Amino acid sequence: MKFDKPATLNPIDRLRVVGQPLDRIDGPLKTTGQAPYAYEHRHQAVADAAYGHVVGAGIAKGRITGMELDAARAAPGVLAIVTAANAGPLDKGKMNTVRLLGGPEVDHYHQAIALVVAENFEQARAAAALIRVDYAVAEGAYDLAATRDTAKKVDQSATATGDFAGTYAAAPVRLDATYTTPDQSHAMMEPHASVAAWDGDRVTVWTSNQMIDWGAGDLARTLKLPREKVRLVSAFVGGGFGGKLFLRADALLAALGARAAGRPVKVALSRPLMMNNTTHRPATIQRIRLGAGRDGRLTAIGHESWSGDQEGGGPETAVDQTRLLYAGANRLTQLRLAVLDLPEGNAMRAPGEAPGLMALEIAMDEMAEKLGMDPVAFRILNDTQVDPNDPERPFSQRQLVECLRQGAARFGWERRDGRPGSRRDGRWLTGLGVAAAFRNNLVTQSGARLRLDRDGRVTVETDMTDIGTGSYTIIAQTAAEMMGVAIDRVTVRLGDSSFPVSAGSGGQWGANSATAGVYAACVKLRDAVAQRLGFNSADAVFEGGQIRAGNRSADLAEAAGPDGLVAEDSIEFGDLAETYQQSTFGAHFVEVAVDAATGETRVRRMLAVCAAGRILNPKTARSQVIGAMTMGIGGALMEELAVDTRHGLFVNHDLAGYEVPVHADVPHQEVIFLDEVDPISSPMKAKGVGELGICGVAAAIANAVYNATGVRVRDYPVTLDKHLDRLPALA
Amino acid sequence: MKPFTYERAASPAEAAAAARRHPDARFIAGGTNLLDLMKLEIETPSHLIDVNGLALDRIEATPDGGLRIGALVRNTDLAADPRIRRDYALLSRALLAGASGQLRNKATTAGNLLQRTRCPYFYDGNMACNKRQPGAGCAALGGVTRQLAVIGHSEACIATNPSDMAVALRALDAVVETVAADGSTRAIPVAEFHRLPGDTPQHETALQPGELITGVTLPPPVGGRQIYRKVRDRASYAFALVSVGAVVQPDGTARVALGGVAARPWRVEAAEPELARGARAAIDAILDGARPTQDNAFKVTLAARTLQAVLAEARS
Repeated sequence: MKFDKPATLNPIDRLRVVGQPLDRIDGPLKTTGQAPYAYEHRHQAVADAAYGHVVGAGIAKGRITGMELDAARAAPGVLAIVTAANAGPLDKGKMNTVRLLGGPEVDHYHQAIALVVAENFEQARAAAALIRVDYAVAEGAYDLAATRDTAKKVDQSATATGDFAGTYAAAPVRLDATYTTPDQSHAMMEPHASVAAWDGDRVTVWTSNQMIDWGAGDLARTLKLPREKVRLVSAFVGGGFGGKLFLRADALLAALGARAAGRPVKVALSRPLMMNNTTHRPATIQRIRLGAGRDGRLTAIGHESWSGDQEGGGPETAVDQTRLLYAGANRLTQLRLAVLDLPEGNAMRAPGEAPGLMALEIAMDEMAEKLGMDPVAFRILNDTQVDPNDPERPFSQRQLVECLRQGAARFGWERRDGRPGSRRDGRWLTGLGVAAAFRNNLVTQSGARLRLDRDGRVTVETDMTDIGTGSYTIIAQTAAEMMGVAIDRVTVRLGDSSFPVSAGSGGQWGANSATAGVYAACVKLRDAVAQRLGFNSADAVFEGGQIRAGNRSADLAEAAGPDGLVAEDSIEFGDLAETYQQSTFGAHFVEVAVDAATGETRVRRMLAVCAAGRILNPKTARSQVIGAMTMGIGGALMEELAVDTRHGLFVNHDLAGYEVPVHADVPHQEVIFLDEVDPISSPMKAKGVGELGICGVAAAIANAVYNATGVRVRDYPVTLDKHLDRLPALA
Repeated sequence: MKPFTYERAASPAEAAAAARRHPDARFIAGGTNLLDLMKLEIETPSHLIDVNGLALDRIEATPDGGLRIGALVRNTDLAADPRIRRDYALLSRALLAGASGQLRNKATTAGNLLQRTRCPYFYDGNMACNKRQPGAGCAALGGVTRQLAVIGHSEACIATNPSDMAVALRALDAVVETVAADGSTRAIPVAEFHRLPGDTPQHETALQPGELITGVTLPPPVGGRQIYRKVRDRASYAFALVSVGAVVQPDGTARVALGGVAARPWRVEAAEPELARGARAAIDAILDGARPTQDNAFKVTLAARTLQAVLAEARS
């Protein structure tokens, strides 16, 4: 189905199942331990799986000069050892910047350099510890600040509209400030894990991956196999956040290990390996210049960002939102990219916008203060309903102002004291903060296959993944709504590369695109049902397990017949995304308390108001947003991969050292979804919320901390050491 | 993990005898730290002596009016004991500030005293560490040191002791009771129990090889307001940046021990009279000779401000 005109009325609009706050249909499987995650896979084909343990490089850059494997080979239970020297010729995945199996060259710390396969896990790990590696260490670049001047301009996301330099220089009120965000780790609950089994020259990998088609394609490419020889299955994923978008070392090494050992092999990355072996959100240095008239209208907006990555990698696109969020005739955005020999930087939840808004939305707070304006009013004044770089191009929907207004009213924003450091509650300095949320709505082709059985049951198959987000549920809701059956009559099967290719889970494009793909397949199935039963499908109504037109009705099961009825289609998006700017909007309001003595910050309340098209399931969507708000607390107050700039590694590479919020850090969270349908986005009229929820959170917290203390911190995370010496003296 | 043999000891004497037979054995009780270290092969004992059956899990009154805490009393039980909560509230509060409920259910009194540093370089086998491999050097020095020591460290090691419980025990003048491998017993003031690194950071305590902690005694209650204030980046389940354990008497005199600043709970009795001149003066005296790094210099200010808040709370 081609989607190239705005959606009109369609069966989804009935909202009998779609839009309802239903429990997730996979919940009982998960809570009873019956949802097999990759490492727990109990398929008969892997019943005798051996265990692989990954060895990570002990240096960041250089060359392996010797590898002593004899002791490991002779260790109890060892079946095989895979290294670059014996793995056979390997290509590199299209989505991978750096090779997943290093050696003899080492590209980054904890790059996989060997896999030890043994009868059991303990034997594999113990044998891996016996491997002795000698290295010739090479010089590397590990310090973003130190390489800043060597960074090269990147065309991507660059803007030069109007006369930024002249207007900025002449602006009566100006801000020029630099902000930094650290390297961050996805730190998802389930580690990267895979089980691989070969059948002749075909390999099946049960894994934990967000994007089945990318993963299967890159595994085939890396192994130099025809694509059809590779099957990837990822039915349940224990969190990804972008860390599982790509083929990673666990899947490749499980396949190589299974080939070497001649039997299935399972591999999970150990937690201490994950932070340096896998990808991370790169650190940024961001310079923001804002110029405004005394009336508070922005006239010049400049945002430059520096980040680093391995040779051939990409920038953190931290200026993206600045192209679209506020009005202003003169605009400059520019990315610069330095070459760093740290592990590969890549996408993490709301890449670009999440770190970009961490900086921009502090800058807006600072500018409001310079102008003597309320930060909410300042943002509302500078709203735009069109793409500021192309005024002919409207937003499909844009309710930022409504988000800010509703949020301010709901949160009690009028009680905020604009004089920082002026509110006190016992030993706590308290403050309120706000930030705008913005994340683009991406749409991607997505397919599905539906099968109607003779008992009237509908089965959906698509390689879409559910990474804890609720994909199973919203897909079942979509099929139930379209086919007019109860949701418990729908079976959803996901995450298998033998199913039609979907949008996958990433960039918050999954929910809207994947359900739109199911919609397309449902339209085809409805046609087939109507045709088989002699209905005119244009007049037919599907409800109560029946097809009806006029006085005539028939059970869907009748159409299925003994062999069932199968329909497959995909949604393909036309140029509506070019004609219209499609984005999601929100506003975050936060109250914090800062201990007047120690400078510790604790978040007291949070509110997110989101405008993100039709909300397909308010319950799972709310879960997405409160999870994102929680991750925002982490980004604001604690998360930082600490770089050892001498040795080139993230030092705090476990969950004791890399702190993410715990329950005690998470206060009352409220989420409001504005009533919105966006017929430009898809037949579902939905958009994504999973990344919108994190965008702006950290800045709202940082602004609240400033409001509480009067000390501005521009370097994340906002830990106590950054303002302690500037807090008021104690009585 | 290296293969190891395992036995259960039924009495302290049996445990001591087993330790004599296996010079590189480790005692295991809750295992909350030891097992992690064995998985990483930072600890590589060839033999484990399980001491959980030693019947050292009681809290008993001592003749002089104090308490004797068995080595195997779980952190959860110790923190919840009514006598501890009434007379040694500092200890209860320190325990509850540490780890998680699940870990405290397993972790024992003796094990807590013996937990090893959380220095990230100690946990990474590719990084030089004199604790792991004496003479190898210390990669933490000159590296990421925000969490690490500001005082008492050496050119060989900048690690801190992570225990909250030990800070309270130090302020309360607890004594560690042990039985040696030859069956002899001794009492070690907690002040002398943890060692500063010097040239031998691998030796962290006063225990001799094979020596087993049997209990910890607390002197008679000292009264006063007992406050444990642990400062950290997140609200729970994190090691202290700085902690302050204090017993403040109505006359303003106080005992103060600091956590998160050194390889042992940091208390300087001679500096405590300085408390009369305020928290900053007291901290200047307590941390006299501190050599913080650029990363952790804030800990000195933090200690002073935290102590000031603790003293204010005690007065209120």
